[in-house]
Amino acid sequence: MGFLPFVFPLAELEVGQHLYWQIGNFRIHGQVFMTSWLLIGALLALVVIGTKKMERDPKGVQNLLEFLWDYIRDLARTQIGEKVYRDWMPFIGTLFLFIFVSNWGGALVPWKLIELPSGELGAPTADINTTVALALLVSLSYFYAGLSNKGLRYFEYYVHPTPIMLPFKIVEDFTKPLSLSFRLFGNILADELVVAVLVFLVPLVLPVPVMFLGLFTSAIQALIFATLAAYYIGEAVEEHH
Amino acid sequence: MPTLFLFGASEGGLFDFDATLPLMAVQVVLLTFILNALFFKPVGRVVEEREDFVNTSRAEAKKKIAEVERLETELKEQLKEARLEAQKVILEAEQDSENLYKEALALATSEANASREKARREIDSQRDKALNQLKSEAENLGDLIVERLLANK
Repeated sequence: MGFLPFVFPLAELEVGQHLYWQIGNFRIHGQVFMTSWLLIGALLALVVIGTKKMERDPKGVQNLLEFLWDYIRDLARTQIGEKVYRDWMPFIGTLFLFIFVSNWGGALVPWKLIELPSGELGAPTADINTTVALALLVSLSYFYAGLSNKGLRYFEYYVHPTPIMLPFKIVEDFTKPLSLSFRLFGNILADELVVAVLVFLVPLVLPVPVMFLGLFTSAIQALIFATLAAYYIGEAVEEHH
Repeated sequence: MPTLFLFGASEGGLFDFDATLPLMAVQVVLLTFILNALFFKPVGRVVEEREDFVNTSRAEAKKKIAEVERLETELKEQLKEARLEAQKVILEAEQDSENLYKEALALATSEANASREKARREIDSQRDKALNQLKSEAENLGDLIVERLLANK
């Protein structure tokens, strides 16, 4: 029931335990969907409130949304380039917002108060399924971006400076989603574990700076994931002569 | 046993892949479309409208500033011309008044000279007349004296 070397009460940590929902022949991790729906709901509520009555002089939530929009546009534009960033901005922005909301939601909301029969609620991004899903979407989208923008000339990219690059570039197609998913998964899970272990060992004061550090890493991870996704798409649509 | 469990052979574990993965992918794609409709498009429209508004306003303001500067230089030019004109007028007026003064002086001088001359001539003529009268009277007197003397004889 537990997390390797600590056998005693750390069983509370419940790493690798899931609340299974059976749908037909498939099983899904219920706790991941429960938190992700709640967090997506909060995100959509914020968006709906902020865009309800938009004015030229922004007020309240509209300011926040415009700041986010501007931030995402700058991110997409610098990585993807002036020509096609508009097509990909919603995708990059959704990745950023979803990961950010998931990470912070996992760290800030006291999920522990809700008892589950098995497993525990937490950041959806601390589940490998979520991060791999996101990373595979990124892979699909950069292939799609390259092929739709340049047709079969996209494959010139694989032999670009010299044909020697071919094997490396093929390996890259596998390492990109692998590194994307494991970086996010590892950071968020590690953050949750560190906080949980510290809370167990020293339940006062000491975990607080680590929690702040966790918030910082969470935000950075969202930014890194979105930036890398945009960079891969930008690399795929880039015209090199 | 825990190691096996952690790396998820049969049930659970950290690396337990199942239908969560494709479902999550579908969910994120759906979220992309929803956010595009609810967030990216409307906010983008507002932000870009404002950017356009600011740009056109700035262009207009620049045009107005250019217009003002043009008018200012024009007015300055006009002011300079007016000043030059005014100086010319003043100069002319000064010259005119000087000429007038000189003329008046000359006229007055000549008049004064003329009246002095006239007076002198009058004095001369009166003196002459008086002298002549005196002379004639003297002669008359002389004649009378002579007559008387001769008569007495």
